[in-house]
Amino acid sequence: MDEPALQPTGPSRETAPLVTLTDVTKRFGAVTALNRVDLDIRAGECLGLVGHNGAGKSTLVSLINGALAASSGRVDFPASSADHALAAGVRSVFQELSLCPNLSLAENLRIAHADLRGWGWRRRAGAEIEASLDTLFPGHGIAADALVETLSIAQRQMVEIAIRFSPLGGAPKLLILDEPTSSLDAGIANQLLEAITRFCDDGGAVVFISHMLGEIFRVASRILVMKDGHIVADEAADHFTRQGLVDVMGHVATAPESDSEASPRQLGDVLVEQAGLQARRGEIVGLSGLAGHGQAEALARLYLDATSAWRETGTPPMVFVAGDRKRDGLLPLGSILHNISLSFLATTARWGLVDRASERRVGDEWQRRIGIRTQTLSNPILSLSGGNQQKVLFARALASAAPIVIMDDPMRGVDVGTKQDVYALVRAEATKGRTFLWYSTETEEVCQCDRVFVYRNGAISAALSGDALTEAKILEASFEMQESEA
Amino acid sequence: MTLFSRYRILLPIASLALLLAVTFYVQPRTMSYFGLNLLFNLAVPIALATIAQMLIIMVNDIDLGIGAFVSLAACVAATFLEQSPLIGAMIMAALILSYALMGAMIHALALPAIVVTLGMSFVWGGLALFLLPSPGGTSPAWLRAIMTVKPPLMPMALVAACLIAGVTHWLIARAGIGTVLRGVGGNADAVRRAGWSLVRLKALAYGLAGLFGVLAGMALVGLTTSADANIALRYTLLSIAGVILGGGEFTGGKVSPAGAVIGALTLALAASFLSFMRLSPDWQIGAQGAILIAVLAARLLFNGRDGARR
Repeated sequence: MDEPALQPTGPSRETAPLVTLTDVTKRFGAVTALNRVDLDIRAGECLGLVGHNGAGKSTLVSLINGALAASSGRVDFPASSADHALAAGVRSVFQELSLCPNLSLAENLRIAHADLRGWGWRRRAGAEIEASLDTLFPGHGIAADALVETLSIAQRQMVEIAIRFSPLGGAPKLLILDEPTSSLDAGIANQLLEAITRFCDDGGAVVFISHMLGEIFRVASRILVMKDGHIVADEAADHFTRQGLVDVMGHVATAPESDSEASPRQLGDVLVEQAGLQARRGEIVGLSGLAGHGQAEALARLYLDATSAWRETGTPPMVFVAGDRKRDGLLPLGSILHNISLSFLATTARWGLVDRASERRVGDEWQRRIGIRTQTLSNPILSLSGGNQQKVLFARALASAAPIVIMDDPMRGVDVGTKQDVYALVRAEATKGRTFLWYSTETEEVCQCDRVFVYRNGAISAALSGDALTEAKILEASFEMQESEA
Repeated sequence: MTLFSRYRILLPIASLALLLAVTFYVQPRTMSYFGLNLLFNLAVPIALATIAQMLIIMVNDIDLGIGAFVSLAACVAATFLEQSPLIGAMIMAALILSYALMGAMIHALALPAIVVTLGMSFVWGGLALFLLPSPGGTSPAWLRAIMTVKPPLMPMALVAACLIAGVTHWLIARAGIGTVLRGVGGNADAVRRAGWSLVRLKALAYGLAGLFGVLAGMALVGLTTSADANIALRYTLLSIAGVILGGGEFTGGKVSPAGAVIGALTLALAASFLSFMRLSPDWQIGAQGAILIAVLAARLLFNGRDGARR
């Protein structure tokens, strides 16, 4: 910290909050997403923001960063007396990445940094992004002139974070990170958490949204709990315990069920066998390892090989639950119902026409079973929060009669309660004889599988099952031949 | 294989070179200063119109009115610009401005560009008919002089093509503002969140397209010496084909200015080549389409090798 005497703006400026929300309400039509919220964020704070999907977290940060305008109330930036978020040094890392895939890293930085002009801007932008990446993620191995579309989703996330952390002609004062670690593996996530702590120690402020409570407790100095558009708790982080936090959030915390409780399922014949990956009928097979080591590619190969036939065969042999919702999953212009019914339209159609009654019936049934929070399924899919959109993709997959379900890290940005619901659903469906192939970046999740294939450098480095299936073994297999970065 | 997918400019160059080689083989006399100029003369206005189309495709829209717009610009060039240059220049400026306004409107009212530009094509066409109900007009002498200049070493058509490619490459691929415009095509939300005004950017892209459309009309009049309200109607589809031939894509802001110019040259050459083959004009359009499909199929083949994902 600088000495107060050296601050030209005086101590009152020093202690003024970076951002102040006064009695802010945000409505979307009849839905009140945020109800009379008051909030101050000061320099040096790391604010952990937790709550369910649809609790209003994204709305809150959108109001702070200026993406949405409040229906009533005020958003001010007292410390900088700026009139909008960008000028006040507020930067956001968005859940849906805000990178242009057709541009290089340096060019993407240019878009975020409008004042970068004149000869050689490309070189300067490249140097800036490289420096930022080097500080945040040492050993990242991403070149400044690489096109974003050639990067894996984890690398894109790293670039997105690095751009927001770079100076961009000023200095970031308040960083909003919405689920920043959801597509990063443990080692990289760790580097990010360290960078956040450093940033706050140097006088920056961070709003950190995560569904991984461990991360919240590691970095947050203050925790804000949201529920149904209200802030229900706002206290220093050390006033909370993990269990206490879950209780405040209001979801019943179900301890992970032990394997002994679930009756051992009868596993059938081998259904899938490709490049060492194997799955039997009724089995939940996990794919693990560090992000970007070939798991997603293996699943995509498997899926595309099985479903790329020219002739439609009625029931598809496999269905796919996308993790990268925007790219692989959603029909962004369609209704929620249309997004769900996509997988079974062909099988319920009569004379080639959509059977609307049965479409609606199946849709309603899945809305109930999986708990999609909406008034009517006719609403556009984009009216749902991220976690609910993911539920729609699950509903789409499970509503079909396909015997094999492929899941490409589908739990990205999904809250604890939803995850428990989905785990239960997956187990129930597996008992009925469905096979699941499940890639996840979260080791806890993978440990719930019957068998886990660990990937390293595009190949399977270990197949674990039964007692051998532990977090330690998975980590060991992911890292073995290489230097541990975690 | 990966070479072609990494440098998307290579395939357009290869297609043009192949077509040129075959043309030289069929008709060796084209292999001269004069022959080359004849082959590529009419490619200059097509290249300019293709750049205009590329600027629109770059921001994820498509322009179905560029042919009519170029015709109108040609009619203005052959009438007002020749008789009273000042008024002519002002009309041209107004045309460019109206293109920019059209872009702003398409964005602000969230209208589909395909519909608006198609509708506007009838407006441009009507205005052109109003100016020149029957073919006529005269090219301004200076325009004629520019288009028939004989530079040393390389014919005018090729010099002009290089110039257009160089300037637009610098503007779109190198300059900061071009990068932001391509960003609009790649992820408009990201650009907006970074604090840019999308309305202004779209207006800029459309305005630039209008500028190149006007230049195309002027170049055309300089070559043909007179104009006609329907003179450039086929440019609409030619320009779209040129952008795609040149390695551009319809969405995602993936365009290549140099590629677009090469695409336009390829299309112009294909027409000449088919005449040399003594193909009946009835079949020429179809054959041109076949060439287009062949090139696109080749591109798909090369790019597909990288696998569909990641």
